[in-house]
Amino acid sequence: MEEKQLQGLGVSAGIRIGKAFVYAPVRLTDIEKKKTDDPTREIERLRQAKARCQEELQALIERAVSTLGEEKAVILKGQISFLQDPTFFPPMEKLIEKDGWTAETAVHQIVTQIAGLFEGMANEYMRERAADVRDVGNRLFAQLSERKGTELSDIREQVILVADDLTPSDTVQLDKNKVLGFVTRIGGKTSHTAILANSLGIAAVLGLGDAVDAIRHGDEIVIDGTTGRCFVNPSEGTKASYLQQLEREEAERVELAAYAAREAVTKDGFRVELAANIGTVEEAQGLLELGAEGIGLYRTEFLFMGQSSMPDEETQFAAYRAVAEAVQGKPVVIRTLDIGGDKELPYLELPKEMNPFLGYRAIRLCLDRKELLLTQLRAILRASVYGTVKIMFPMISGMDEWRQAHSLYEEAREQLRAEGKAVAETIELGIMIEIPSAALMAPSFAKEVDFFSIGTNDLVQYTVAVDRMNEKVAHLYDYFHPAVIRLIKTVIDASNKYGIWTGMCGSMAGDPLAAPLLLGLGLHEWSMSASSLTRVKKVVTDMKRSECVALAERILEMDTAAEVRQALEAFRRPVSV
Amino acid sequence: MLTKDVTIRNESGFHIRPAQLFTEKAASFQSDVKVIVHKDADNTEVDGKSILGLMTLGLEKGSVITIATEGSDAEAALDALTSLVESGFGEA
Repeated sequence: MEEKQLQGLGVSAGIRIGKAFVYAPVRLTDIEKKKTDDPTREIERLRQAKARCQEELQALIERAVSTLGEEKAVILKGQISFLQDPTFFPPMEKLIEKDGWTAETAVHQIVTQIAGLFEGMANEYMRERAADVRDVGNRLFAQLSERKGTELSDIREQVILVADDLTPSDTVQLDKNKVLGFVTRIGGKTSHTAILANSLGIAAVLGLGDAVDAIRHGDEIVIDGTTGRCFVNPSEGTKASYLQQLEREEAERVELAAYAAREAVTKDGFRVELAANIGTVEEAQGLLELGAEGIGLYRTEFLFMGQSSMPDEETQFAAYRAVAEAVQGKPVVIRTLDIGGDKELPYLELPKEMNPFLGYRAIRLCLDRKELLLTQLRAILRASVYGTVKIMFPMISGMDEWRQAHSLYEEAREQLRAEGKAVAETIELGIMIEIPSAALMAPSFAKEVDFFSIGTNDLVQYTVAVDRMNEKVAHLYDYFHPAVIRLIKTVIDASNKYGIWTGMCGSMAGDPLAAPLLLGLGLHEWSMSASSLTRVKKVVTDMKRSECVALAERILEMDTAAEVRQALEAFRRPVSV
Repeated sequence: MLTKDVTIRNESGFHIRPAQLFTEKAASFQSDVKVIVHKDADNTEVDGKSILGLMTLGLEKGSVITIATEGSDAEAALDALTSLVESGFGEA
């Protein structure tokens, strides 16, 4: 068979070679309208299908609650209530009884009608519920259908999953020990599937478009989650070269694994703390074995996304507590809700903005909707007795915002004290430095906060005025821009002067090339994706701090990002990875 | 038939969770429950035990609805349902 090469978006790194499992469930849309001469039998079929759907959903809910948390199960619970709804089944039975339609046709008509009602609504959130109604319809249809599509539950061996897209209800059924990788027709870098693939460490190539049709069930395929390439029926040559690359990656992984248990100390004894960025409770598990000394950034947004309403204090408390416990007393820096910009929560019904990144987001939104932040702070404070919890506020642009946030924190503390609820004795409070105004004000902030965490992703964007998603200007986005480096120095110097610490949680912290510079500037804590930890630790332990300080001094005199990059590449030891 | 007007107070209106809470509560009573919305001159009426019916009304924060109950425990049902809506469904 001839090799076919397809190009998609690489959204989750890794090379995988395996058999394609083409996920093609039977869908409600493929049916013909048909009459029956035995309505009684059709009604009976419908009732049985309903009962089996109910069992199926119940099992899914139990699984979702234990793996993803109570909140994620709400949508599935909603689907169960649809099944019991007086406007759902009774009209279907009536269509069969009075008009003689088959069960399939009746399901199709009612589901289409109800989904249409949702689709016609003004509110975007409600329009999206049409998909939930259709999802229930598809479940019923699959139960009624004699044709059998492929279902995720049919996956028996290790495969690469090929699908149009994966819905949240699909993903709760996935057995991640069997799924080596994802390939999809639609989906981009920020899609639900991309986030899931990343957090599970599954290699993924998304957005192949119609090229995905070239893959047949059972084909051998190779996917490269970094470059987005996908080979169907690879030639011996292609396969051999990817097998080699896999071996190299594996050898590197083994070499780096030796660093996990070591401390991040330079050859001349400067110790830094390497921590991980996480978004979900699951990601906190197993972090210590990977060499993390804590969590430097816990993005709480995921707890709030993909929900139908605001997670309540109990739900939040349970999640924060689980994270604090997962790292066994090691520090966890919890960032308060950072929403707005490109991250939406439908139930907040935020207005459309001309410049969302300069608009109503993060701490600005939370200080405006105080109840939201107060609830989150209460949940974090209650979790503080189960580990070492620190709190940081995102997108602080001036002292007033920090002080307001601080006073809300005090209010939450007071409330809990009055209610007799336990709270840790001391909790460090910090701010994220991601706006130049905050970096320049660092000497003032350092007198009031306990720590800084530099978020380079936004800091670069705001310093050089570049939207990194805009292809026309994305090349200007560079954390080695001398202005960014000078701001970082201002922040670290201020923290040293007032005896507090500075961390970094943007992607620069996970770049081995940047490590000597950050060491030279004196960064105290580094937080990155778990997959970068050992690589950066290797660089740190191979360095002498004194040499890095001299390097940083030279770099601070430089005029362009290109010069900085060149100096860092020249400095990199030949043995470094 | 007993009726009472209430205003939706929670931020998200009649989304899945509030609709679910409402229908669960409604279904715990013998009485028939209707939810009526007055739009211009038209009234739209749905079964208060139907989550789909409630959701498709598209009610948002600030909408006024009439809850109507009829049956043996109509009074208790009306009280329970109006206070559920007035409490904002327990949302912050």
